Amino acid sequence: MKILIIGGGMAGTILANNLARRLPQELKSGKAHITMLSASDKHMYQPGLLYLAVGRTTPDELYRDQASLLEPSIQFHVDPVEHFELDHRRVITQSGKTFGYDILVIATGSRMYPEGIPGLSEYSETFYTEASALKMFKRLQSFTGGKVVVTVGVPHKCPMAPLEIIFMLHDYFRDRGLSDKVQLHYTYPINRVHSLENVAKWAAPEMDRLGITYDTFFNLKEVDGANQVVRSEEGVDIPYDLLISIPAHKGMEVLEKNKLGQNGWLPTHRTKLTLEGYDNVYVCGDTTNIPISKAGSTAHFEADTLGENIAAIVKMGVPVREYDGKVFCFIEAGKDRATYAMFNYQTPPDPKAPTKAVHWFKMAYNKLYWVSARGLL
Amino acid sequence: MAERKIVDGRGSFCPGPLMELIVALKNSQVGDELEVLSTDKGSANDIPEWVKKVGHAYLSTTESDGVWHILVRKTK
Repeated sequence: MKILIIGGGMAGTILANNLARRLPQELKSGKAHITMLSASDKHMYQPGLLYLAVGRTTPDELYRDQASLLEPSIQFHVDPVEHFELDHRRVITQSGKTFGYDILVIATGSRMYPEGIPGLSEYSETFYTEASALKMFKRLQSFTGGKVVVTVGVPHKCPMAPLEIIFMLHDYFRDRGLSDKVQLHYTYPINRVHSLENVAKWAAPEMDRLGITYDTFFNLKEVDGANQVVRSEEGVDIPYDLLISIPAHKGMEVLEKNKLGQNGWLPTHRTKLTLEGYDNVYVCGDTTNIPISKAGSTAHFEADTLGENIAAIVKMGVPVREYDGKVFCFIEAGKDRATYAMFNYQTPPDPKAPTKAVHWFKMAYNKLYWVSARGLL
Repeated sequence: MAERKIVDGRGSFCPGPLMELIVALKNSQVGDELEVLSTDKGSANDIPEWVKKVGHAYLSTTESDGVWHILVRKTK
């Protein structure tokens, strides 16, 4: 059975290794084959970009060679897919090669799309790529006072990023002795400071305590860079001296071009993780259109489910479990305290007060991730 | 030509049904009607409030078997 995984990010890598560990005999005997196609020979730990933006890590810490993370039984090619021919069970890559499959997994991730808001690319700082995070840090270093405004587009990768960056900015400026010269102002699209009600109930008083002001029901419409003002769909104008954005995201362009899903989000069954209309095509990680967080943990738990199911299909012909919507997110509440939120389709999260212990666990996980990517944790 | 779309936010705590609606409205045409499905009771209050604030048309809310159906029309 040929298993083809498109994408070498968190979802694709964890799944490929999970499968390789479940199918050693089948891979050795030739009963099963696992092939991964990726756009890069490098693997980035994307959650680390948050720390890069405030000078708490360096770029080299965020990368490993993709091949070094994969089990030797996985065939790995740096050759991104250009054409999906799902009815013929094959894909065609940038180099012109054709790869057939029995089971296909699409895990191509997502990308920020600041171009959707006039002025956002030109006038805001962000941290969703290495280059943008470094640029943001350099801008922070030269900032000596004024109003810092954070805007949030939807959907975006990492649901906790807006809160984490505002709290980390607070500690960053405090450590530079600029607390009395910098006003931090947070905005959020709905009528509270975070989509998770229990997280918002914790975060709003925390912002009040730290002197962080906020506007809710603020959906960014445009950035007037000449006048340094952001305008919302709701008709509110906010002046800024430094604009930090969490841009809206899209799925990958190749999926849009192949007409697989609007804005690159693929219509996905919420428990089976199959692509609508195809029993042998699965979607994993940010690429799904499931209405849950676009987060590394979502990708991880979906990959765990698919690892069990695809291995069971190889061995028994049927899947064995359903994805329950599980998500686990750390929430950095500054430079040295953190909490977390865990939830699924049925159970809302109940975050506790931030502690140093959870922060240090998050710091440890930033290193342990490389074990996780190898399918060991 | 105006369409009727389903925005399935059932089981979504994060980003949640209102966030799903905001995204869906961006990808819709003026005149389209969007029916939000939500298992979160709070959305039955939050969505009409936001829709009125932004200036779209809030049409109705009904509840059936623990699922709220909130109907909205894009007006601008």
